[in-house]
Amino acid sequence: MTAVTFTETGPGRRGDSFLSVQDLHVSFSTEDGVVKAVDGLSFEVEKGTTLGIVGESGSGKSVTNLAILGLHNSEHAEIGGEIWFEDQELVGASRGTLERLRGNRIAMIFQDPLTALSPFHTIGRQIGEVYRKHKGTSKREARDRAIEMLERVGIPNAKVRVDDYPHHFSGGMRQRVMIAMALVCDPALVIADEPTTALDVTVQAQILDLLKDLQDQMGTSIILITHDLGVVAQTAHNVLVMYAGRAVERGTVREVLGTPRHPYTWGLLSSVPRLGSSVDVPLKPVRGTPPSLLNPPPGCRFHPRCDYRNLVGPDLCSTEQPELSPERGHGDACYLTLQQKQEIHTQLMEGR
Amino acid sequence: MLRFLTRRTIGAAFILLIVAAVTFFLFFAVPADPARLACGKVCPPETLAQARHNLGLDQPIFVQFVEWLAGIFVGREYEGLGHCPAPCLGYSFVNREPVFETIIDRLPVTLSLTIGASVVFLIFGIGTGIVAALKQGKPLDKIASVSSLVGASVQIYFIGTLAMYFLVFQWQVIERPRYVPLTEDPIGWAYGLMLPWVVLAIIFTANYTRMTRSTMVEQLGEDYVRTARAKGMSGRTVVMRFALRGTLTPLATIFGIDLASLIGGAIITETTFSLQGIGRLSIQSVTNSDLPMLMATVLLAAAAIVVLNVIVDALYAVIDPRVRLS
Repeated sequence: MTAVTFTETGPGRRGDSFLSVQDLHVSFSTEDGVVKAVDGLSFEVEKGTTLGIVGESGSGKSVTNLAILGLHNSEHAEIGGEIWFEDQELVGASRGTLERLRGNRIAMIFQDPLTALSPFHTIGRQIGEVYRKHKGTSKREARDRAIEMLERVGIPNAKVRVDDYPHHFSGGMRQRVMIAMALVCDPALVIADEPTTALDVTVQAQILDLLKDLQDQMGTSIILITHDLGVVAQTAHNVLVMYAGRAVERGTVREVLGTPRHPYTWGLLSSVPRLGSSVDVPLKPVRGTPPSLLNPPPGCRFHPRCDYRNLVGPDLCSTEQPELSPERGHGDACYLTLQQKQEIHTQLMEGR
Repeated sequence: MLRFLTRRTIGAAFILLIVAAVTFFLFFAVPADPARLACGKVCPPETLAQARHNLGLDQPIFVQFVEWLAGIFVGREYEGLGHCPAPCLGYSFVNREPVFETIIDRLPVTLSLTIGASVVFLIFGIGTGIVAALKQGKPLDKIASVSSLVGASVQIYFIGTLAMYFLVFQWQVIERPRYVPLTEDPIGWAYGLMLPWVVLAIIFTANYTRMTRSTMVEQLGEDYVRTARAKGMSGRTVVMRFALRGTLTPLATIFGIDLASLIGGAIITETTFSLQGIGRLSIQSVTNSDLPMLMATVLLAAAAIVVLNVIVDALYAVIDPRVRLS
């Protein structure tokens, strides 16, 4: 595992990180008003590493990553901020630029491979057409490449199965096909949006191992969106915890999962069951429900659900929005002092 | 596939047999006597008996039906008219013309009408539907929706008559529709049928626009369409290869039905534009109590529906590989 990899912040793009998202805003206009799905999010991904983005449903994980590929409908979604990828600014980039990047330099793996693959085309064609489009090869070469990729992701008898349709495959195999499709052009960045959520646990482990192996072989960077902390612990190098469209904590896996500093992260961790803990002690979920993004609470968005806000002092949590600090390394967006955070976390760990 | 076709063909033959039997027996339930019609205004009993015998109406109905049926497969002998080779559908009660030849003679008119109109309404209907789906909620979508609603509401005898009156007689921008065989003069063929094609298409386009639009909107929201975009496929590829594919199944369904009903005879259209197709033939055979002709036109219409049904079902499996023919 690499050391802390977050570099100096500042406006504009940074030197060595190859994906840098700065102050991203994504909002959708709906009949009820404007939904601020992502509100001032910044993060970076280093070459060859995996960033796990964790958060509840509706915290803006998927929206962020669709924004990177420019997949939001420009008529409904308003996107602000900057997304730098390999010296290119992606926010407001032309359709042609984005089309050349998609599937080629940046690829995406979706949650449910059954609906995400076209039921009307053979998997060989679906994998091959990405290669043809971006590499300009013949049909023959694209097909050979598809077979090669299928072998690489561990589909047995790939030469025959290349002509099968998605519904001929099991869930796990389908996700392998999806991965083969994502990796066919050797992308620099793969965005995996809950790639294992639709799969059962044993298959989940296989798919994560496969992603890891492929990353080791090809040096691909991965953004792994998940709500499963176990998956993050197993595969990610760095973690970004999101809540209601904002980052509440970030750092390496060891930092965030080992010494978490944000009340929301504590809540997430204490709602995970542990082997060896007494079955009589009930799990402690985060109380309350996620806020409506139409009308988010003022100040820290987590404050209505936070058990520790009275430690901070009068009204600060409900009026001022905390920023992620420090700007590099292990950072969190909470007004508690570092000492308070350490004490509370230690107490929480003892209580389990 | 072969088993599917065999089974469906047997089923189709059975359905046609039932349709034929029902039509045949219903004909005799109607209090009209074709022999009297054939005999003329002044009709002495012996001439009437002779006419009845000539038309084969003096035999029991069941025997008549079996003879008619047998004629299709092995041919039939007629007193005075000689041998009618298989497939024999008999001779018209009215003018003693062989029915099979008459049908073969009229079919090109109806087929030309059907195919030409289909091309027009498929192109316009699906095209407008795609545009409407892509421009959902925009002025273009609204124009398409409104005009398709208007198109679906008008009737051939209304709009066709208007078109005939203004375009042909009043302003004389186009000649009176007529049928010229395609093999003789392709340009004359298209020119002569242009007006009926367009008028027929106005009525049918609306269905295709609405069906394409609604299914397309659904398809554009599908995950696999998003995947296609995430793969870097161009906007056109995403729409034409991915989203449109999913709309083909419902389109094939309604097209099968429309095509069958058009082949069975566009009665009103043919009457409005004075085209001598199957539609007019069938309406004439009804008014004339011309049993053999009536049987032939009814059977043709039924066969078109049954056969196109099988074709559409087989097509489902081609369009969507998840469909199994069983």
